[in-house]
Amino acid sequence: MSELVQQIINGLSLGSIYALIALGYTMVYGILKLINFAHGEVFMIGSYAGYYAATVFGIERYQASGATFPLYMAVVVLVVAMAAAALLGVSIEFLAYRPVRSAPRLTPLITAIGVSLFLQNAAMLVFSPNPRAYPAIIHEVRFEAGGVIITNIKLTIFIVALLLMFGLHVLVQKTWTGRAMRALSVNLDAAKLMGIDTNRTIQATFAIGSALAAAGGILFGLDQITINPLMGVLTGLKAFVAAVLGGIGNIPGAVLGGLLIGLAEQLTAGYLSPDYRDAITFLILIFVLILKPEGLLGVVRQEKV
Amino acid sequence: MTEARRPQWLKRALIAAGIVVVLYGLELVVQAVTIEYVQRIMLLAGINVILAVGLNLINGTTGQFSIGHAGFMAVGAYGSAFLGVQLAPIVAGALGSGPLADGVTFNVGLVLGGLLAGGAGLLVGIPSLRLRGDYLAVVTLGFGEIIRILFNNAKFLGGATGYSGDNPAGLPPYTTFFWVFLWVMVVIAVIKNLTFSQTGRSLSAIREDEIAAEAMGTPTVRLKVTAFAFSAAAAGVAGGLFAHMQSGVRPEDFRFERSIDMIVMIIVGGLGSISGAVLGGIFVAVSLELMRDFQEYRLVLYALLLIVIMIVRPQGLLGNREIGEFLRFGKKKSGPELSG
Amino acid sequence: MRLGRRLFSALLALSLTPLAACKKPGDDGSGAGPAGSTGGGTEIRIGHFASMTGGTAHFGQDTDKAAHLAVDEANATGGVLGKKVKLITLDDRGDSAEAANAVTRLIDVEKVNAILGEVASSLSLAGGRVVQRRGIPMVSPSSTNPKVTEVGDFIFRVCFIDPFQGKVMANFARKNLKFDKVAILKDVKNDYSIGLADAFKQAFTSQGGTIALEQSYSQGDTDFSAQITAIKGSGAQAIFVPGYYAEVGAIARTAQRLGVKVPLMGGDGWDAPDLYKIGGDALEGSYFSNHFALDMVTPKAQKFIADFKAKYGQEPTGLGALGYDAAAVLFDAMKRAGSVEPKAVRDALAATKDYEGVTGKITIDPQRNAQKSAVVLKITGGKSKFESVVEP
Repeated sequence: MSELVQQIINGLSLGSIYALIALGYTMVYGILKLINFAHGEVFMIGSYAGYYAATVFGIERYQASGATFPLYMAVVVLVVAMAAAALLGVSIEFLAYRPVRSAPRLTPLITAIGVSLFLQNAAMLVFSPNPRAYPAIIHEVRFEAGGVIITNIKLTIFIVALLLMFGLHVLVQKTWTGRAMRALSVNLDAAKLMGIDTNRTIQATFAIGSALAAAGGILFGLDQITINPLMGVLTGLKAFVAAVLGGIGNIPGAVLGGLLIGLAEQLTAGYLSPDYRDAITFLILIFVLILKPEGLLGVVRQEKV
Repeated sequence: MTEARRPQWLKRALIAAGIVVVLYGLELVVQAVTIEYVQRIMLLAGINVILAVGLNLINGTTGQFSIGHAGFMAVGAYGSAFLGVQLAPIVAGALGSGPLADGVTFNVGLVLGGLLAGGAGLLVGIPSLRLRGDYLAVVTLGFGEIIRILFNNAKFLGGATGYSGDNPAGLPPYTTFFWVFLWVMVVIAVIKNLTFSQTGRSLSAIREDEIAAEAMGTPTVRLKVTAFAFSAAAAGVAGGLFAHMQSGVRPEDFRFERSIDMIVMIIVGGLGSISGAVLGGIFVAVSLELMRDFQEYRLVLYALLLIVIMIVRPQGLLGNREIGEFLRFGKKKSGPELSG
Repeated sequence: MRLGRRLFSALLALSLTPLAACKKPGDDGSGAGPAGSTGGGTEIRIGHFASMTGGTAHFGQDTDKAAHLAVDEANATGGVLGKKVKLITLDDRGDSAEAANAVTRLIDVEKVNAILGEVASSLSLAGGRVVQRRGIPMVSPSSTNPKVTEVGDFIFRVCFIDPFQGKVMANFARKNLKFDKVAILKDVKNDYSIGLADAFKQAFTSQGGTIALEQSYSQGDTDFSAQITAIKGSGAQAIFVPGYYAEVGAIARTAQRLGVKVPLMGGDGWDAPDLYKIGGDALEGSYFSNHFALDMVTPKAQKFIADFKAKYGQEPTGLGALGYDAAAVLFDAMKRAGSVEPKAVRDALAATKDYEGVTGKITIDPQRNAQKSAVVLKITGGKSKFESVVEP
């Protein structure tokens, strides 16, 4: 029994990270109807940004002397990484997606794949392909209860993810930017005619989504111990599936999808076989798209001729 | 009147025999003149051409974007390797050993591998081709990965370390210049005929406006699935050729990067153009070898190439026209233009 | 239109440039004998294919550094057979297809007389098949999967093989540590890991032990919590993890995090400095088998360690030591053969007996493997310390 609870906790923490990344996918798709393939790489670069920020802020000195990295510094690292990722996301939009925004569907898709590939391989050149140990920005403390172990990092993942999602919800529902985002996702052209600055809103969307992904990246590094330049590929894909599962364009759906995918993956790895942990996500994708393409919380869209 | 009575099949058979002789002669020349390293590039170029021309049928002509074709290549590779090993003793029993038996084993294996891949294409295509655009792309990606994971876990096929037959020296190196380029001719001929026929027009119509095509009575689903299966079969044949120059097949050879290579081939050449696919296939094989020392940069360059092409010249080298129209070899009618 | 045509001509020209690498008259035939067989050149060319980049870059880089050390030493004392030795290294990035290509290039373009490589067994297999077809001798420094030398008679290795290595750890677990139940966590993407796991399982169970649970992961995975959680519930007294250092480090940390206190055991794939960087204090009290220990006392070993440190500013790993030995054994064979003709070198390699290497006495047996002893190391205080030596 405790094994099952352990697997569930592990699954939910992994799922929270997927949820953070899925939010970025779902927001961009809602507005631009574009799968931002490069989002997984933004997650990866956000993680590396946290790594380097921690190094710059002298984490090695702390580790050498046995002291723990202060909490306020951890927050600073998080903010720096999120800002860096936001900048990256906005740049990608401006340089690669905006020029092809009005092209037929295929062109932005290929562009997105190109950006994703570019970032992966550039990262391998710059960061070296070797996996590296993630610095202990948050010192790991373990709690045990009834044979189940939970670490403060996993708790942090839940809390941070919840806070960010709540913040996003407030932003989307209560602010002008959020209202603009919602308008754009209903009808891009009409929103433009209504005087909404589409470019600014789209940039904001990319910035927010990327920042969330970076937060996910740091949490991922802390939880998974090592990072490497290809970490965004599979994780990004799974987060995308999570967004589709929940209903693409639907924010609570992305969260739900993320948690479900995390659980499914962990339970498959634990009880079926670790060899199929990746396959299960793809199977879920295929089933969703064939049986209920609008996702769990999504709305069916009629295609007008 | 007497013209029409000259048997068509005789003319075709003579042309085919002529091509076979020419190819064989070329092989001898190539073997004598070039080093093994260069021969490998040529073989890879030929295999790439088959992949590209096949993928172009579904992505370019029919406009259904599939990014998981590496999976079908894997099915063909494993299928032809495994069945080839099973067949070899049977064929040896009937024909002894030597080039004839080898040729028969190899080609029967290739055909079976291609059929298996085509079958996989049907299995994947039937559920997937109900989806549009981005979703189709991701589902095909998913299927490509699932196929690879299945092979990765199939113990009787060697699992993650791959299948190399029952000989410690690996799979028999059947793949030669002659066979590769014979199959290149076959695949191009089949797909060219398909593309420039009534069926091909219907496929282009599906690309341009599927709903209108459906409204006009085109059996869109049946055609899409058929094109998909054909392109999967082509990828399977290419996979079989690839397997027998590698001495072993591993799931690692069919990762997403392989599908990306295929996409680069058809994008660079021009989505919808057969000759473009040929050029793209050669380009990828050559650049792969030329950049062997700069492997890390190769993928970065491919990525930049994709992005720049999409922004600056999305129709690639030839758009969806054929090379004949540029060099004015003959009057070929082009399909309707890809917008943008 | 013009752009298209110009681009096409450019592409066509580009695609024909490799033909410039065509052979000129006077070169050997392509598929026939190897290009370096005449031995009339002024230098001896040794090819080395290694994973210089990629997830196992440490393996290749260490081996290469040590091989260069051996080459420099040989050249400083007049070379081999009176000629200077040149080492040409090609990176296979940890990929089998690349390994085959690298070896083909070394033979065809670089025209090497012999080949060193590889560390990873799956890569040695890929390169070995090319080498066997072309008839060039190959010495693998540290591939331990038995299949590698089974490919053909031109392939040798200067290390022990996994059936032996698995037995070493199984015996150690059973006799020294007195374990009854051990779990196995192997890397299914890796020939070496699978082979070593199987060897361990066979040896351990044949001595009355039981395997509590067998779990697997794939090279490149980062999340092992599912597997460790399952192992936790199995009552195992130790976990045998015959994988490569990056994953092993993360596995150790995961085990520590999930409260699994039993020791880990492994093989020579652990041997890299990054193991300690990633695994940290989670590795305390773990054991692994290796070819070589830094605190080994033979004078040859100590000299090698000192020279390596002086040249590179870091300590060598066991794999580095094997890289040195592989090159040295190759030179020794060439000297004994009196030529660099491939068949002569091959025969001399096969006759290697009691060669005093850095990693111990090397004798090549009829299967072209080395009969050597293994050392078991224990990780204490963040470093590996010699624990015991096991003879074949």
